[in-house]
Amino acid sequence: MTLQAEGRAARSAPAKNEYGRPSGVRTAKNILAAVLVTIAALIAIVPLVWVLITVVTKGLHLVLEPDWWLQSQRGITPRREGGGAYHAIVGTLLISAITALIAVPLGILGAIFLIEYAKGSKIARGVSFMVDILSGVPSIVAALFIYALMITVLGLGRSAFAVSLALVLLMLPTVLRSTEEMLKLVPDSLREASYALGVPKWKTILRIVLPTAFSGIATGVVLGLARVMGETAPLLILVVYAQGINLNPFSDTMGALPTMINSGRDQAASMPGYERVWGAALTLIIFVMLLNLLARGIARASKLKDK
Amino acid sequence: MISNRLIAGRVAAASAVATLAAFGLTACGSDPTPTAAGGEPAGSSSASGLACPAGKLTGEGSTAQGNAMSEVIANYGDACGSKATIEYNPTGSGAGIKQFYGGLVDFAGSDSALKTEEKDGVIEADKAKERCGGNPAWNIPMVVGPIAFAYNLEGVDKLILTPEVLSQIFTGKITTWNDPAIAKLNSGANLPSSKISVFFRSDESGTTENVSKFLKAAGDGAWTAEPSKSWTGTGEGKNKSSGVADGVKSTPGSISYMEWSYAKDNGLATAQLDNGGGATELTAETVGKALSQAQVKGSGNDLALSLKYTDTGAGAYPALLVTYEIVCSKGLAAEQTAVLTDFLGFFSSTKTQSSLEELGYAPLPTDLQTKVASAVKAIQ
Amino acid sequence: MSLTEENGLSTDQNRSPIQNRSLTLTAADSPVVDHGPVNTPPVPRVTQAPPPAAPAAPETAEEGGRRGVKLAKISRRGDRVFSGFAGGSGVLIVALVAFVGIFLIVIAAPSLAANTADFFTSREWTVSGDTLAFGIAGLLWTTVLSAALAMVIAVPIAIGVALCITQYVPRRLSNGLAFVVDLLAAVPSIIFGLWGITVLAPLLLPAQSWLSTNLGWFPLFAVGLSSGGTVFVASIVLAIMILPIITAISRDVFDQTPHDHIEAAWALGATRWEMIRTAVLPYGRTGVVSASMLGLGRALGETIAVMIILSTPAPGAAFNPSVFAGGETFASKIANAASEFDTPAKTGAYIAAGLVLFVITFVVNAIARTIADRGVRS
Repeated sequence: MTLQAEGRAARSAPAKNEYGRPSGVRTAKNILAAVLVTIAALIAIVPLVWVLITVVTKGLHLVLEPDWWLQSQRGITPRREGGGAYHAIVGTLLISAITALIAVPLGILGAIFLIEYAKGSKIARGVSFMVDILSGVPSIVAALFIYALMITVLGLGRSAFAVSLALVLLMLPTVLRSTEEMLKLVPDSLREASYALGVPKWKTILRIVLPTAFSGIATGVVLGLARVMGETAPLLILVVYAQGINLNPFSDTMGALPTMINSGRDQAASMPGYERVWGAALTLIIFVMLLNLLARGIARASKLKDK
Repeated sequence: MISNRLIAGRVAAASAVATLAAFGLTACGSDPTPTAAGGEPAGSSSASGLACPAGKLTGEGSTAQGNAMSEVIANYGDACGSKATIEYNPTGSGAGIKQFYGGLVDFAGSDSALKTEEKDGVIEADKAKERCGGNPAWNIPMVVGPIAFAYNLEGVDKLILTPEVLSQIFTGKITTWNDPAIAKLNSGANLPSSKISVFFRSDESGTTENVSKFLKAAGDGAWTAEPSKSWTGTGEGKNKSSGVADGVKSTPGSISYMEWSYAKDNGLATAQLDNGGGATELTAETVGKALSQAQVKGSGNDLALSLKYTDTGAGAYPALLVTYEIVCSKGLAAEQTAVLTDFLGFFSSTKTQSSLEELGYAPLPTDLQTKVASAVKAIQ
Repeated sequence: MSLTEENGLSTDQNRSPIQNRSLTLTAADSPVVDHGPVNTPPVPRVTQAPPPAAPAAPETAEEGGRRGVKLAKISRRGDRVFSGFAGGSGVLIVALVAFVGIFLIVIAAPSLAANTADFFTSREWTVSGDTLAFGIAGLLWTTVLSAALAMVIAVPIAIGVALCITQYVPRRLSNGLAFVVDLLAAVPSIIFGLWGITVLAPLLLPAQSWLSTNLGWFPLFAVGLSSGGTVFVASIVLAIMILPIITAISRDVFDQTPHDHIEAAWALGATRWEMIRTAVLPYGRTGVVSASMLGLGRALGETIAVMIILSTPAPGAAFNPSVFAGGETFASKIANAASEFDTPAKTGAYIAAGLVLFVITFVVNAIARTIADRGVRS
C-alpha cells in the first residue's frame, strides 16, 4: 500500500480505531522493529565492551606507568618485567609521519585534479575508479607489492621506509576521497569571486579553496592515519621487529606497536612478555581514539558542513 | 570565508606543537637501565672471566633458541655493564642462514647445521665459506631444546608412548585414545574413546623438522615422509608454538609437539617416551644423556652433530633439537670477533647453560660443552 | 588586505575573470546560471562576447591597450606548473594501481609457469624443494566462505545499529553510541585474533558441536574440528571487525535522508518503522550496499586475526566445506609464510595468491561502484 493509500485508509478507518492511532498490526510491527534495532545495537556493543574490558584490565597497569612511555624493551626478555613501549611508540609515529608526508600531498593534489581540473571528464572517472580499487586493496597485497618491488626486484632489503610506502597505498584513498568530498562542497561562487578579482587558478585553489576545505582534508588525513597505525601485515613482511630504539627508517629493523604485540603473543599467557601485549594494544587504541576525537573535533568546528 | 592568515596561523601552530612534541618524544626516551639479575653485581666481569669488549654484534635465525638468546644477551649485558650491543632477530633458521652468508649479520642461529649438498640452487656451506673470506664456517651447538609431546587428557597423568605409536598418531593411523596400541603401553590408565586431535605448526619450523627427523629414524617405519620444516602428517595447524600450545590447552583429547618451555609455561602434561629402554620422562638429565651419544660429524672445531635417535638406552630422551650458532672461523671484523668470542664463551659456560634449564632448555652435556668452549676460543 | 591588493593588481588593471578561466570550467558546472554580462566589481568592460563553454584564447595586453586599459601580463607559468602537479598526481595514481596489478603478474608469472598443479582447482601447496605445485582452490573457498558468513552476520546488525543511532536514539545519546561503535575500529586486528581464539572460541565450542551434530546433514554444517579454530569462529570475529565500517557509512547515509521525505511520511501517519521503511531505507539503499562492499573488502583482506584463529588443514587432508572446518585464507597463508620467502619461485607462488586476492577485491569494488553509480543516477 502506498503512503497515500495508507493515509486514506487511516483517515477512513472504522470508528473502533481511534483516529490517529495505527492498527494493531502496524503497531506490532513498529514495536518489533524497535526491539530488533535495540538488540542489534546491544549485539554490536557487547563484543566491543568485552574486548575493551579485556584490554584495559590487562594493560592499564602497564600504560599508567611513566616508564612505559619513556623506555624501550632493550635488554628485556619475555620473562622479565620492566622496560616500556617507547621504541614501538616512536617507531609507529615515525612510520606514520613518513606515510603522511607522502600520502597527504599526493592525495590532495589528486583530489584537486579530480575536482578543479578534470571534473566530469573521462579521465576523472578513470582516476576515480582507480582510487576506488586502491581503497579496496588489502594491506597484505600492498605489502606484497612493495616486497616484490623493493626487495625482490630492486634488492634493497627490508626497511621501515618500505612499510611506509605500503601504508601510503592504504592511506591515499582515504585522504583523496575526503578531500574530494570537501572540495565539492566549496561553493563555486567562492571560486568565481576569486577569478573575478583576477586571481590565477592555482592561487585560487591554494589560497581560497583549500583553506575553506581544510577541516575536511584534516579529517581525512587523521582518519587515514588512524587506519594505517594499526596495520600489522606490512610490518610483518617488510621490516624486522627490534626491541631497541631505532630512528633510522632505512635500516632493516624498527619497533612498532603492532609488531610489539605480535612478538609478545608467542609466549605463555603468564609471562610478562605476554602481558605487555595488552599494554601495547591499549596504547594503540589510545592513539587511534585520540585521532578519531581529533577528526570529530575538526569536523565539528568546520565552516563547511555536510548537509 | 576563512582568512588565509587565520588558517595559516592555525596550521603553523599545530605543526609547531606537533614538531615540538615529536622532538620532545624522541629526546626523552631511553633504553631501560640494566638491573643486575640474580643478585650478581653488575660489572663483576673480571670475576667471571669475561673481557667485556665494546662493539655491536648482530645475529639472526632460529626461533627455537629465541627465548634462550634474549635471556643470555640480557644476562651478558648485566654482567658486562652493557658495553656491547648484541641483537638477535628470531626470524627463522632459513632466513638467518641467508642473512649470514649474505653478509648482513655476524652470526646465524640455526636448528640444523649448514647444508653441504645443494638445495634450491645453493650450497650453504660454500656460500658461508665465501662470506668468511675463504675460511670455513663452523656450526657450534649452543642451545639444546628438548621437544615435548604435550597432551590434554582428563584424568590421565602419565602417558607412555613409543616413537612408533607417536608416528601412527601423527600420521592419522591411530585415531582414538583407547586404541589397543596405546592401551598396551599404558595398562593402568583410563583412556577415553574420544578422537585424538593432533596439532602441528602451520608456519615453517625447525622444531617440526627435528620431530620428523626423530620419528623417521626411531619410528620403525611408521613415519615415511622426508623430514621437512613443513608438517607432513595429519591434524590441525596453528601459527607458532604459542598457537599450538593454546590449542592443546583448550582442546580436550589433543596432543602435539612443542618446545619444552611452551609445555612447561602452559602447564601441559608431557608424554613419556619409551625408545626401547623403558618409559623415560623428559628432564634435563635424560635429554643430556641422549645428546651425549651424538656423533660429531664435522671436522676439527666444526661441531655439527649427528643426533642418535635409536638405541639410546635407558634413561635417555632422544626427542630434541640442537641449535647451532653458525660463525666464521676466521674473517669476521676484529671488533665483532671480540664481542662474539666473549659472548659465546659466556653462553657456553656452565653457569649460563644450567640457567637455561628453567627456560625449558637442557644444558650441554659436559664433554660437548668442553668441545664447544674450545671451539669458541679458536675463533679468530 | 584584499586579495586583489595581495596579488599586486590594482582594480582597474584587472582582466576579465572570464578570460582567465581555464577550459574545464564550463557554464554547466557553475551554479550561477546566467552567464550574461558578468556583474563583477570594478572590471573593465568586457569587449568579448559573453563566455560560452569554450572561451577564446586569452586576450593579450595589446587589445586591452587598444581599448585604453592597461592589462597586466599575468604569467601562465604558475597555472601550468600547478596543473602539471595536479595532473601528474592523477596520472601517478592511475599508473600506481595499474602498476601494482601488472607488477604482481610479472613476478608471479615464472612460478605460475613452473606450477605442476592446476592453479585454480588444486588444493595442494608444495613450494619448497624442487617441484612447485600450488593451487588456490582451498584458499578461495575459505576466503569466500568466511567473508560471506561475516557479511551475513554483520550487515543486518550494522543496519540495525545505524538505524538505532540515527532514528531511534536521541541526538545526545546517539553521538556517544556512534563513538562507541567507532571505537571498535580502533582496536588492532591482532587483538581481535587473540581475543577470538582465547576468549570467544571456548565459549562457542558447545554451540559449534550442537549445530554440527543436529544440522550436520547439510554440507556447510558438517562435523569439522573439535577445537575453536573454525571458519565459524573466524567469521564471527570478522563480522565484529567490519561492523564499524558498515555502521559508520550507513549512519552517514541515513542521516542524509531528505527531511522532506521523512516529514512526509510522518504527515501521512506512518509509524516510525513505516517511516524508516518508506523514506530512510529506500534512500539509503545504495549507500548501504556500497558500505557493505567496503566491509566485504575488509573481510576478504583481513590477515592477522584470521591467521591466529583459523586452524590450517593438514596437507593432503580431504576437503571439508563445512564452516566448522579449519582452512586458510589468501591473506593468512601469505602472512604465515612471511619470514620464509627464500627463493624467487616460492615468493612468486605467494604473490600469485596475493594477485588472486587483488582481483577479487577489484571485482567487489567494481560491483560496489556500479551499484553506487546506478543508485545516484536513479
